[in-house]
Amino acid sequence: MQKSPQLNSHGELQHLLTIEGLPRDVLTRILDTAAPFSEVAEREVKKVPLLRGKSVFNLFFENSTRTRTTFEIAAKRLSADVINLNINTSSANKGETLLDTADNLAAMQADMFVVRHASSGAPFLLAQHMAATGRDHIHVVNAGDGRHAHPTQGLLDMYTIRHYKTDFTQLTIAIVGDVLHSRVARSQIHALTTLGVPEVRVIAPKTLLPTGIERLGVRVFHDMREGLRGVDVVMMLRLQNERMQGALLPSTQEYFKSYGLTPEKLALAKPDAIVMHPGPMNRGVEIDSAVADGSQAVILPQVTFGIAVRMAVMAMLAGN
Amino acid sequence: MPLSTRLPDAEALCVALAAAMRPHVDPAATVLVGIHTGGVWVAERLHAALGLKMPPGSINVSFYRDDFSQRGLHSNAKTSQIPFDVEGAHIVIVDDVLYTGRTIRAAMNELFDYGRPAKIDLAVLTDRGGRELPIAPSFCPHSLSLPAAQMLALERAADGGLSFRLITE
Repeated sequence: MQKSPQLNSHGELQHLLTIEGLPRDVLTRILDTAAPFSEVAEREVKKVPLLRGKSVFNLFFENSTRTRTTFEIAAKRLSADVINLNINTSSANKGETLLDTADNLAAMQADMFVVRHASSGAPFLLAQHMAATGRDHIHVVNAGDGRHAHPTQGLLDMYTIRHYKTDFTQLTIAIVGDVLHSRVARSQIHALTTLGVPEVRVIAPKTLLPTGIERLGVRVFHDMREGLRGVDVVMMLRLQNERMQGALLPSTQEYFKSYGLTPEKLALAKPDAIVMHPGPMNRGVEIDSAVADGSQAVILPQVTFGIAVRMAVMAMLAGN
Repeated sequence: MPLSTRLPDAEALCVALAAAMRPHVDPAATVLVGIHTGGVWVAERLHAALGLKMPPGSINVSFYRDDFSQRGLHSNAKTSQIPFDVEGAHIVIVDDVLYTGRTIRAAMNELFDYGRPAKIDLAVLTDRGGRELPIAPSFCPHSLSLPAAQMLALERAADGGLSFRLITE
């Protein structure tokens, strides 16, 4: 069996780079661990001392508000010291490589890197570099790399689904939209299939689907109405305008007509279906405001759960 | 001496502990906080025996343990629940066995993150010695001395009956 670079010799999580290849019990353990952390937010003092004295560096080579903020809140609620590096305005602009940046931060006694990068595999490279240079005590968390993976988003989505739907093995789940450019979709698909969801559907125009997506164990639909019929969970994706190259779509209005989630299309799903979105939303492009603000939407709870899930991941890594 | 005669009777100790606490609690105001898992069971017993108004709270100290860097975070889905206002309260922390005192230290630290209690007492079924911190129980009907290699664990049977078991490492 190929050894996963994220697990140590005891099978414990050393880094969190991708959901792909993580065994079901590891995913379940993360979700179980997140539950008591969600209660910390209800306290007078929203802090536990687990990571006191640890330094967490948020290395964001790509823009993000929600992910960076929730990682920062999660680390602070664990009592870590958080250093945010906005790389757009730092030495990377002067030509420093990723590994040189990391080496410099490691020399400042970093304990954990939370990395977002436009290049797929950048966090993996960083984890490998730390191992190769004998700095195994530094943990790497992937906060989104290129089109590859966004594992904490995938995990918080699983936490949300489990919160509302309890049993993964009874569900039909549809992922809708720009799968081609979406690291979120890849992490969701790996997590859902690993946790035993019997039917995972992807709904998208052919131009926004990677070839061979069926091999990940999903059913492909090009007609949204057909794909939404009878589903328990609708996971919307953001239309990634900034990653669009060439004419993949006629227009955003046309896209909304075929793939935008409206109350009328949502009515085809089960009556108690929940609607999720990783944010930021493009209202009127992939989702109608009536749905986004409607009673079936759990988009804001996703954000809240995201803090507990990220606390669980950081606490587990730091303890391993 | 066979083990069975050496181990204390947990049911009898629950009764004795409630009797020791009765003159010192105000049923309308005193609140109990059980430490997961054994302490929660004992707190439920004491709550019923003492007829306390407020439901007992429970606490999972794993986020406050001082051995986190050595032992890591063990998956523990038990959530702390404090269903009353800690500010100004008379709180009795309840645990099954008092040993090093580190768990109690962690529990007190956690309680203070909910507010400033007026008074904290400690009630345990038994004190096995081996303290590593200056912590003493307010109510404790039994004590015994055990070597470090042995662990005294409270267990709950399907019918709800409590009993002690000795685990040798």
